[in-house]
Amino acid sequence: MLKGRHLIDSMDFSIGELEEIFTLAESIIKNPSNYSKICESKLLATLFYEPSTRTRFSFEAAMLRLGGQVIGFSEPNSSSVSKGESVADTIKTVGCYADIAVIRHPKEGAPRVAAMHSDIPVINAGDGGHQHPTQTLTDLLTIKSAKKRLSGLKIGFCGDLKFGRTVHSLIKAMSRYENNSFVLISPDELKIPDYLKKELQQKSDIKIIEANKIEEVVDTLDVLYMTRVQKERFFNEEDYIRLRDRYILDGEKMKLAHKDMIVLHPLPRVNEISYEVDEDPRAYYFKQAKYGMFVRMALIAKLLGLS
Amino acid sequence: MLTINSIKNGIVIDHIKAGMGMKMFNHLRLDKVDYTVALIMNAVSSKIGKKDIIKIENAIDFDFTVLGLLDPNVTINIIENEIITRKVKLELPEKVENVIRCKNPRCVTSVERYIPNVFYLVDENTGEYRCQYCDEIYKLSDM
Repeated sequence: MLKGRHLIDSMDFSIGELEEIFTLAESIIKNPSNYSKICESKLLATLFYEPSTRTRFSFEAAMLRLGGQVIGFSEPNSSSVSKGESVADTIKTVGCYADIAVIRHPKEGAPRVAAMHSDIPVINAGDGGHQHPTQTLTDLLTIKSAKKRLSGLKIGFCGDLKFGRTVHSLIKAMSRYENNSFVLISPDELKIPDYLKKELQQKSDIKIIEANKIEEVVDTLDVLYMTRVQKERFFNEEDYIRLRDRYILDGEKMKLAHKDMIVLHPLPRVNEISYEVDEDPRAYYFKQAKYGMFVRMALIAKLLGLS
Repeated sequence: MLTINSIKNGIVIDHIKAGMGMKMFNHLRLDKVDYTVALIMNAVSSKIGKKDIIKIENAIDFDFTVLGLLDPNVTINIIENEIITRKVKLELPEKVENVIRCKNPRCVTSVERYIPNVFYLVDENTGEYRCQYCDEIYKLSDM
């Protein structure tokens, strides 16, 4: 039962509950008009304590396409937060007006605090470098729609595997399904954290391969998940520039890949995917953004108990 | 040799790692009580070399949970009529509230001061605790 629940951590929902959301999302994709009024008279509050145009638009578009309406703020200076109001007080007040809330906050754990004090469902839309569960739902729905399954897949992760929260969440989420294997392509400085590697190795059926170059492994992959090296994670500009240009997916490398492989990216990209790849039918990253909206529509409907 | 009388009724916390006695004394707020208490430091121990001991006369109603965090190897003896009637075995608590403070500057507890600092035990063998909010891991041995 998803009605009234919060989504704070990407592992909050069981595989069965995720399946419910994906089934609804697929139904919405097929017949959007059947769902265009189900949220009439419902209000979504978007509490964005730090700017994030992409995620906020995705949630707002999702609610509007369900026939609902949206209130909120897109940066804290324009709200009571600038007067020093606590997260707990803000969510309690917002709960008097809205039916469901989405919160993005620079501090890790802030959405959990909101959920603990809230009478309405709270969705975490990103808390610092910690969690971004709706991106994980987006990634899973994209893979499921393209590959028709979430098990028995070989998924390559490339770039910043150390700080990339979307990578950590997706690896954990995919490790819950059977017979998936992971190929990790990253420089030594940006390898996945030890705790995560340890966690994966404890699951006997998970196979992990580490590689240095995309071209060494790309022909074996079902999915290639590219990530951006984030400038804000580096103290030294030189290190950033050196690592930023280390992995660039271009047309030549795509020629080596299987014809059914798909390329994902949580966006925004910097230069890790050449623009020439955009024309390749295997480039799924903009479709992925669209799946993100559909999965958020399904999530909102489920948490409100409307479908 | 320093002599402290045995107690008739009360508690003896024995085999405290030397140097940890004062911390336990403070956590149990024994400086605020009006009954007899004794903190013995650096006593000779055949088991651990040097140890601290706390003796509390005429009181047995304490929450010892937090002591497990400070030193899970202590022995707690409940004394009634000069006989040990019960031994309390300490374990690492599953959940601790407002004992450990999260040091992650990105954690929400660094700005929202009204929130209790809550930690959950992740691994009993390594003594690792995880912050409820930001998932930062703390090892007891590092604290």
